[in-house]
Amino acid sequence: MAETNRLYRRRIWLNRWNLAMSLATMAFGMFFLFWILWVLFARGFAAVSPALVTQMTPPPGSDGGLANAIFGSVAMVAVATFISTPIGILAGIYLAEFGKKALVATLVRFINDILLSAPSIVIGLFIYTVVVARTQHFSGWAGSFALALLAIPVVVRTTENMLRLVPNSLREAAVAMGAPMWKVILMVTLKAVRAGVITGVLLAVARISGETAPLLFTALNNQFWSSDMNAPMANLPVVIFQFAMSPFEEWQRLAWAGALVITLAVLVLNIVARVFFRESAPK
Amino acid sequence: MATASAATILTSDREHATRRDPTPPKGWRIPSRWQDVLFEKTTLFFALLVLALLAAIIGSLLWGAIPALQAFGLKFFISNVWNPVTHQFGALAPIFGTLVTSAIALAIGIPVSFGIALFLTEMCPPMLKRPLGTAVELLAAIPSIIYGMWGLFVFAPFFADTIEPVLGRTLGKLWVIGSLFQGAPNGIGMLAAGFILSIMVIPFIASVMRDVFDIVPAILKESAYGLGCTTWEVVWNVVLPYTKVGVIGGIMLGLGRALGETMAVTFVIGNAYKISPSLFEAGNSIASALANEFNEASDPVHLSSLITLGLVLFILTFIVLACSRLLLARLARGEGRQT
Repeated sequence: MAETNRLYRRRIWLNRWNLAMSLATMAFGMFFLFWILWVLFARGFAAVSPALVTQMTPPPGSDGGLANAIFGSVAMVAVATFISTPIGILAGIYLAEFGKKALVATLVRFINDILLSAPSIVIGLFIYTVVVARTQHFSGWAGSFALALLAIPVVVRTTENMLRLVPNSLREAAVAMGAPMWKVILMVTLKAVRAGVITGVLLAVARISGETAPLLFTALNNQFWSSDMNAPMANLPVVIFQFAMSPFEEWQRLAWAGALVITLAVLVLNIVARVFFRESAPK
Repeated sequence: MATASAATILTSDREHATRRDPTPPKGWRIPSRWQDVLFEKTTLFFALLVLALLAAIIGSLLWGAIPALQAFGLKFFISNVWNPVTHQFGALAPIFGTLVTSAIALAIGIPVSFGIALFLTEMCPPMLKRPLGTAVELLAAIPSIIYGMWGLFVFAPFFADTIEPVLGRTLGKLWVIGSLFQGAPNGIGMLAAGFILSIMVIPFIASVMRDVFDIVPAILKESAYGLGCTTWEVVWNVVLPYTKVGVIGGIMLGLGRALGETMAVTFVIGNAYKISPSLFEAGNSIASALANEFNEASDPVHLSSLITLGLVLFILTFIVLACSRLLLARLARGEGRQT
């Protein structure tokens, strides 16, 4: 009896200990989330001022803003979104509506999933060798292309997943009415999952807005206001990187302000995407 | 017009049914209209673009790697010299740094992710399940440069003041593994980089683990509970064996992320080309070497050496991620089967 009791107690205590550990790991994760966000908000808000959006990035040792970097980031992300959205949606349509289980589709799906997590710095390296090295100069276009390549896999994945949720009866109904396939897909199935596809695009935008590595060797940086996509272009992530690594206090302050701007943008995009999807999901 | 086209469709369908193929066409597809064919080919073209992209990435990196491989041959991969002044380059130190930081990230990340997934699937009150799950995913949404800044300005000083001296006093005294934890605790180095990486990979591993734990049929768990198992015994002896393949897939996904992570590592790893037994020492990973040096490199052999590093990184992550996808696909296939 005592023997079984000891075994029983050991099992109970092992269970309690491990569940306590599980709770501790959850606390560990939350602790770092809140630590990082707290540091970011405390230092970021301390550095925010109206000059942030009205003045250009300053030379070392003086005050300024991030207007040119914010503009450059928005411009490059916008161009990247315009490039990647149609490509991603069409490729996603192929996988969900035509390819299905064909060998090509399986292969594309597999490669797409790998590109989804491929290191972004390698994408930057790729654009450097095919665009920057050819044209002999860094440019906003090159930065946009690199970002677009990162966004495409996200859009392909979500478009395919969403289209697969459409019940076949909807397609059959449209076909029975005499609609051609392309109309069925573009005007019935794609329309039915519009919310999901837009969510995918928003998530892709959120992902590329915070990317630094692919811009280092493509868009580079520019200390002045420039709306010329064919020239090196200022952008928030690279400015943050450069300023944070510098020994100048003014620059470091600006880097924290920029980091706050970028994180807020990414978090808001993530939350908007989630809420939007939940609100407009087919009930 | 509409009637005419409808009539053509009908005749063509009838012809299709009688002349070419006696069996009715499969499914609901009628790929006879030229617009439909055009549309299908267009979408196929863009799908193939994804494949072309992969081929182009590998091709361009291989092309860029030629000068370095011509200059150093295979010695490039085993040499530990990195000297832009004398034009001698070897990849061993950055490859070593990449592998060591990723190993540290997994050593911390796997148990923590497992704990988080266990908490979210078995212990968490249903009301908190979604907010806490979202909070863990938020860790993945924070841009990596923010991790880098936080690491450099906040975490590294804290790490140097409190954690590293303690590690040096305790683990550093041990036989063999002690050498890993010796040296000056300055907060910047392989251990700090690996630790920050571990926080970055936790959301990826944890969410895959949570998703695969959720697919375990309730009846399996209920049977184990019915036999008197504790929660831990159910998870360890029923859930984990059932989802083994998916869990490994999730870990590989996290490893793929850790290998290629750039900005967070660049801030805290210290940018030094050396291989040292101590994890407190500065080092370099492939990604951080690229981020630090690529724009300063002017000499063609130097550039090419960096591109070769990028190629090595891409191949490494490609293999790891491919394994991850294959494992996860295997689990998804088994999902519908009776066990």
